[in-house]
Amino acid sequence: MHTKPKNGTAVIEVAANFDVNKIKDDFPILSQEVNGHRLVYLDNAATSQKPQAVISAIAKYYQKDNANIHRGLHTLAERATSKYEHSRARVAHFIGGVNREEIIFTSGTTGGINLLSYSLGEQILKAGDEILITEMEHHANLVPWVMLAKHKSAILKHIPITKDGVLDLTKLNELITSKTKIVALSHMSNVLGTINPVAEIAEVAHKRGAVVIADGAQAAPHMPVNVRELGVDFYVFSAHKMLGPTGLGVLYGRQELLETLPPFMTGGEMIREVYFDKITWNEIPHKFEAGTPPIAGAIAFEAAIDYIEKIGMDSIRQHEIDLTEYAIEKLSQINGLEIQGPFDAHIRGSAISFTDPNIHPHDISTFLDSKGIAIRAGHHCAQPLMRALGKVATARASFYIYNDENDVDALVDALLEMRKYFGV
Amino acid sequence: MSQNLDLMYRDVILDHYRSPRGRKPIDRTDFASEGHNPACGDDITLQVAVDNGTVKSIYANCRGCAISTASGSIMAEILKDKTIDEAKILAANVKKMLKGEEFELPDNVGDIDALEGVKKFPVRIKCALLAWMTLLEGIKNYETAHAKVGAVISTESGDE
Repeated sequence: MHTKPKNGTAVIEVAANFDVNKIKDDFPILSQEVNGHRLVYLDNAATSQKPQAVISAIAKYYQKDNANIHRGLHTLAERATSKYEHSRARVAHFIGGVNREEIIFTSGTTGGINLLSYSLGEQILKAGDEILITEMEHHANLVPWVMLAKHKSAILKHIPITKDGVLDLTKLNELITSKTKIVALSHMSNVLGTINPVAEIAEVAHKRGAVVIADGAQAAPHMPVNVRELGVDFYVFSAHKMLGPTGLGVLYGRQELLETLPPFMTGGEMIREVYFDKITWNEIPHKFEAGTPPIAGAIAFEAAIDYIEKIGMDSIRQHEIDLTEYAIEKLSQINGLEIQGPFDAHIRGSAISFTDPNIHPHDISTFLDSKGIAIRAGHHCAQPLMRALGKVATARASFYIYNDENDVDALVDALLEMRKYFGV
Repeated sequence: MSQNLDLMYRDVILDHYRSPRGRKPIDRTDFASEGHNPACGDDITLQVAVDNGTVKSIYANCRGCAISTASGSIMAEILKDKTIDEAKILAANVKKMLKGEEFELPDNVGDIDALEGVKKFPVRIKCALLAWMTLLEGIKNYETAHAKVGAVISTESGDE
């Protein structure tokens, strides 16, 4: 592992304590064989695997602490509540030291964006207003805005991408107008890997009075995130892509905005006083957490953050820059293989989409699976982006902390063998 | 190589994939249909000429993975000189075969049985089915519209 200085910034001394083999040992699922081969898991942009610490945290919660939170007055309820709230505080710290009240537990990134599209739509959007997204959005940060625009007779615009797979910001000043009320964009693309200049766009958006939402589903697991430095009003991400359990996500929102925003889901827990004709809302964050939340998930998520922070986000980012550089270099050597997104690993994450000129991504995925290699193939829930790229589908390999150069080599070898197999 | 993989990608399948049949434009179209699978981007353009209730010629252009391409090619090869009723029975039985249900294929059905291995790969079944479902859609429209010689029926499903 090596470190690379970036313009004018100090070299971050990391990756020295980064022992991939030791990390791999912490993930029970990775020790198995699939179709007679060592499992090479390269579908991390879809979901990450879980270390034993996270699996144990879930089991321990159900074995020792299970109770419903916030309402019960018995010991188990207090214990469960305290652990659940401790996790919230931990998440607040993890994304840049925000207030714990600014952290809403959701069902996932999709849940968070649906909450925002409903609540913001109710509060700030009127007919003729504009919503700005980008051409590279995942359907999770696209379909809710299409629906909201239709519902409110608002206008949905998007920032296009260049042929290099980065946002084309040349017309940003024309795209963000005084009518723009919401700007929602991916922090890191799940297809191209591109890291978007969220802070720069947020600054322009705020000057015009728009609210800025970043979809951090891909960024939060792979790079240090400080929501205050990004200058966003809302930031959403999922636990399961960063070693945590499925069914849990995080919505960060600036306190003054969350306080005035109407709730999305209603029911128990999110209320203060209920009459047949009048209801007052609970304070934040509880106003946005109707019903019994995924308590075990939230508690296990803290174990995931523990694990990640022990390695360090800077180290994780550096490891992935190194691995992405290596993978792009190796994949580029396969004649005719087309790689999407930027080639500079410093401006992108580790999700690498590629196509073979003669073999459909689904055949690629099936073949690789026979070699124990798990990748994703398809449109990656980004059909407008696929159209912009002129592809019906791509194959995508995406890396995480337990992947190394051996995994890249296994992928490259299998892709070469695949061409012989299909004989095209 | 994994045994399962060879079960799906049989030599016959790979041969159809590398040199698909039914790509020659036909003189006349009595019914046409388009099949599309937005999840993987596979699509097929199907054109069929019918004489006295029998398939006279067929054009099947599949763009997609090896399985959907080979399935369309196998279909194009076998349908010639089959009656519309026979074509419907064939398609229905291919569907049953792929879904692991009881099926019955008559003799002389070309390479259709080579598709059976696909059933071991649940996510790929829809690839193999696309051509046959598109055929059934085309026939349905042909029959309901009582299409005359030369009429073209579009059955674009509007999936997207």
